Amino acid sequence: MSRTLLQVTDMHAGYGATEVLHGLTMTIEEGSITTLLGANGAGKTTTLRALSKMIKVRGQIQFDGKAIEGKSTEDIVRLGVAHVPDGRGTFGSLSTEENLQLGSYTRKDKQEAALDQEKMYTYFPRLKERRQQQAGTLSGGEQQMLAIARALMLRPRLLLLDEPSFGLAPLIVREIFDIMRTINQVDKVTILLVEQNAAMALDLAKYAYLLETGKLVLSGLAEDLKKDEAVRRSYLGH
Amino acid sequence: METFIHQVVAGIATGGVYASMALALVMIYQSTHHINFAQGELAMFATYMSWTLINAGVSYWLAFTCTILLAFALGVLIQRIIIRPVENAPVLNIVVVFIGLLVILNSIAGWVFTYTIKSFPSPFPKEPPFGLHFISSHELGSIGVTFVLLLLLFSFFKFTPLGLAMRAAAQNPDSSRLVGIRVGWMLALGWGLAAAIGSVAGMMIAPVVFLDPNMMSGILLYAFAAALVGGIDSPGGAVLGGFIVGILENILGAYVIGTELKLSVALVLIIVVLTIKPAGLFGKVIVSRV
Amino acid sequence: MSSNLSSHEKAIPWIWLILGLLGACALPFFISNYHVFQLSMVLTYAIALVGLNILIGYSGQISLGHGAFLAIGAYTTAILMDKADMPYWMTIPIAAAVCLVVGFLFGLPALRLEGHYLALATFALAVALPQLLKFKHLEFLTGGVQGIVIMKPEAPWETLFGLKLNADRWLYFFTLAVTVVMFVIGWNLIRGRVGRALIAIRDQPIAAASMGIDTPLYKSLAFGVSAMFTGVAGALSAILVAFVAPDSFTVFLSITLMVGMVIGGVTSLPGALYGALFIQFIPNIADQISKAAPWAIYGTMLILFMYTMPTGIAGLFRLIGQKLRPTHP
Repeated sequence: MSRTLLQVTDMHAGYGATEVLHGLTMTIEEGSITTLLGANGAGKTTTLRALSKMIKVRGQIQFDGKAIEGKSTEDIVRLGVAHVPDGRGTFGSLSTEENLQLGSYTRKDKQEAALDQEKMYTYFPRLKERRQQQAGTLSGGEQQMLAIARALMLRPRLLLLDEPSFGLAPLIVREIFDIMRTINQVDKVTILLVEQNAAMALDLAKYAYLLETGKLVLSGLAEDLKKDEAVRRSYLGH
Repeated sequence: METFIHQVVAGIATGGVYASMALALVMIYQSTHHINFAQGELAMFATYMSWTLINAGVSYWLAFTCTILLAFALGVLIQRIIIRPVENAPVLNIVVVFIGLLVILNSIAGWVFTYTIKSFPSPFPKEPPFGLHFISSHELGSIGVTFVLLLLLFSFFKFTPLGLAMRAAAQNPDSSRLVGIRVGWMLALGWGLAAAIGSVAGMMIAPVVFLDPNMMSGILLYAFAAALVGGIDSPGGAVLGGFIVGILENILGAYVIGTELKLSVALVLIIVVLTIKPAGLFGKVIVSRV
Repeated sequence: MSSNLSSHEKAIPWIWLILGLLGACALPFFISNYHVFQLSMVLTYAIALVGLNILIGYSGQISLGHGAFLAIGAYTTAILMDKADMPYWMTIPIAAAVCLVVGFLFGLPALRLEGHYLALATFALAVALPQLLKFKHLEFLTGGVQGIVIMKPEAPWETLFGLKLNADRWLYFFTLAVTVVMFVIGWNLIRGRVGRALIAIRDQPIAAASMGIDTPLYKSLAFGVSAMFTGVAGALSAILVAFVAPDSFTVFLSITLMVGMVIGGVTSLPGALYGALFIQFIPNIADQISKAAPWAIYGTMLILFMYTMPTGIAGLFRLIGQKLRPTHP
């Protein structure tokens, strides 16, 4: 009995006069982990930016049955969509704890938010050690954890993650992927994961989409894409 | 010796005014990367509003509070209506808009309130405090008000969620939107606060320099200099810079140059400081990678 | 086929230029002396704006203090005419040289400052200069607060081609001649190596330096040259007004110049002329609209211009020209 949380229909998006996405149609099932794969420049980051309305968009986007293509980023966030952007987007001059507090800025339940902050520290003990430290001085892996933690402070229903493994050591990437598994299974957060590390992404996700120069060329269950000849050759290296 | 101490103390008092204005400039600069050239005229206009209230019989501190609120509202309105349409325009265009704003405010003040110099009351007694010779009650009171203002602002930005949101929005508007902060309104709030700060500065300096539409231009220049000396992106630096400039101005005026060339020499000295430390005393030198 | 088009495109400016010059020469005989004087002032502002444009538009630096160079040029002329009895036309190149040197020297240390810091330094220059001019100990030279009164030059001939030539008209033609010379110099600078170097420095300073462009030298030169242009404008204005005083050269004048440049159109030679017309005539128009608060009208017009014409008047004409020109495959 799977519900659709996010329905994207014929979405076009781009930068200025250049269109990067040419009619994307995607369905994200509630409670699932979906991964969006593709080479550099395929339009993966653009897709997430379009969903958060950080860029202009044409087409229909429905979140939990409500049309959101006309809404602003701030309003989409308030509906329960958290976006961890490429480059992490941490507030470098603010402290780790201040970054987390900002994550729950829109929440009215302040007591619950404080409890969530403690929960984040149990998920990411490294952040607890550095809670007063300036976020810009954290290591790459720690900043990625902080970015994810900040997004989780929203208690989002949908988490958009843009290349969380980028520039990180394999051990840290494993840690982060384990946490993603946990928050999906325990906290029931739906995840849309954009990744270049196709192997790890296909192991984690239930569904997968493959993007090539702004068009979807393949979609289905992750385990099916793992076995697909073309995918194996281009993205899995075997 | 006593006159020297008095010059320093007077310098601290006016320095507080420069520090407040410099802080207002830095606040708007941090969130928008623009220097608000109309900041002085906003403060002047607010001071005139206060004068109108006081003349209508309103008690000083009530008029003081109302003026702060009115100035805040004016700042928000100006940002939303006049500044927002050109937010992303080239720098020079924005400078021209600020100049237009400056000229409009100055002209309307002159038209409504005339150019005759008016006296503005000080809420502090005329007699020197505790019989001290080197400080007047107004100077002491002015320093006190400045400190209370700076303390309130510091607490607001450091300890309140809204203050945190404003800091975030100034630093990183994109990430701020991703946590749901309405960045546009944060900018308007910043303008409102800056206008409110300016109104306090205006009301503190008006008893000393007297009220006329051009009273803030020299002060704005000193505030600009103070913000740069402190480092244009450092609020603490701006405050410190304000006090330094205030003391410097008074000492130079009294002992070195005399009031005629005071302004020029103070500015030249500031430029010397900037030549040695191009980003200001506390400014960050941003290393750009090629 | 495309070369035909480009020569066609290049032909149009020449026609306008020649027509414009002819019109400018004929104009003074049809309007009152006061209007002739106003047009002469417009020409001086235009020269100043070309100078400012070289600095801000092409070299990417900023100056809120060019009024100071207007003052230096004006006072150089006034002092030479008053104290040294020098004929007015001889003072112009000297004023130009003085300002070139002063501007260059100011540019040298000012280089280390960028953006707002440079703005403050130039602003300080604009504020300091009038105070210096009023300074007691320099009064013997500058005339202090009262300034210097000069003898307005007479026209050398009674008539020109049968048309009556009075002082105002003669000075207008003199100013026009100097303006044409300065515009030609400006045009050559901008189109040549110097202009290209400046644009490179403005847009990609690090790349420019690594290509061998002596950035500090060019930046100081830009200051010097722009000061020279403004100095010539100042010298001319002193002759036209026949009077110099410290209060004529306040900070507001520097700001007015910058505003004129932006409204006329940055990086545009015709823009200098449009900006000059704006500076000279809009305050009058504002005054006619509202006697009570003319500057409020002026300020409103500034803001409206920026909303509607972000690339200045020159930019607007450019856009219209593009729309009117037939599109080619």
